[in-house]
Amino acid sequence: MNGVELAFVLLGAVALGAGFLVVTTSRIVHAALWLAVCLGAIAGCFLLLTAELLAWVQVLIYVGAVVVLVLFALMLTRAPIGPTPGASRGRVVVAATVAVATGVVLLVTLLAGLGGEVIDLEAVDVGGGEAVGSALFRAWVLPFEALSVLLLAALVGAIVLSRGRGDEDGR
Amino acid sequence: MRLAFPLVVSALLFSLGVFGVLARRNAVLVLMSVELMLNAVNLNLVAFDAWWADALHGGQVLTLFVITIAAAEVGLGLAIVLLVFRNRGTSDLTDLGLLDERAENVDQPAAVDQPDVVDQPEAAR
Repeated sequence: MNGVELAFVLLGAVALGAGFLVVTTSRIVHAALWLAVCLGAIAGCFLLLTAELLAWVQVLIYVGAVVVLVLFALMLTRAPIGPTPGASRGRVVVAATVAVATGVVLLVTLLAGLGGEVIDLEAVDVGGGEAVGSALFRAWVLPFEALSVLLLAALVGAIVLSRGRGDEDGR
Repeated sequence: MRLAFPLVVSALLFSLGVFGVLARRNAVLVLMSVELMLNAVNLNLVAFDAWWADALHGGQVLTLFVITIAAAEVGLGLAIVLLVFRNRGTSDLTDLGLLDERAENVDQPAAVDQPDVVDQPEAAR
C-alpha cells in the first residue's frame, strides 16, 4: 500500500464514520455538521483521484452552500437542539436489513467484476480547470445547456413556493 | 491505486444513505441521506473516470452535472419542507402522508393517534 492508497483509506474511513454519524446521531443539528465533515472527506478523495476541479466544486457547493441551506432549514423548522427520540425499533431493523442487503449486493457485484483492477494515476490526464472546461464546452455542451434550463426552472419553482399564499387573497 | 478502494467506500456510503432514508423521520434528515447517496455515486463516477483515463472526462463532467442537479433538488426540497412546516407545524414524515393542503383535516386525527410521536409537541412549539 503506497502513500496515495493510505491517504485514500484514511479519508474514506473519515467519510464513512461521519456518514454513519449523520444517519444515526440523535441530535439533528450535529447530523448536519457531520454531513459537512463527510462531504469534505469526499472532496479529499476526489483530489486523490486527480479530479482537482471537482474537489473545489464539492467544497464550494456542498460544504459551502448545501450544508448551510440544510442548517437554515433545520433552524426554520424549529428542529430541537437536544437529543430527539430515534426511530422505532422495528423501523430501524427493517432499514438496516435493506441497507445491508443493498451494500452486500453492491460490494459483491463491484468487487467480483472489478476487484483486481488498478488505477494508473501516472497515465491519467489530471482533471484541472482546463481539461474539464474544454471537455465540458466541446463535447458536453448540449447537456450543459439543458442543465441551465433545469436550474432556471428550479429557481422559479423555489421562488413560487417560498412566496407563500400572501397575495392569493389580493387576487 | 487499486480501484477496489473507491468502490468499497462508495458502496458502503450508498448503503448508509439507504439506511438514513428508511430510518429517519425528519424530512430534512432524509434529504441529507439522499445527499450521501448522491455523493457515493459521484465517487464511483470519478473513480471510473480515472481508471479509464477518459480523454473526454465523461465521468468528471457527469459528476459536475450531478452536483448541480443535487443543489437544485436540495433547494426545491427544502422550500417544500418549509412550506409544509408552515402549513402543518411539523416536518415529521410519519405525519405527512399527503402534500395536499385540503387533506389537513383528514390527516390530523391520524397524527394524534400515533403513540410513538414523542417530539410532536416540541416540533410544533
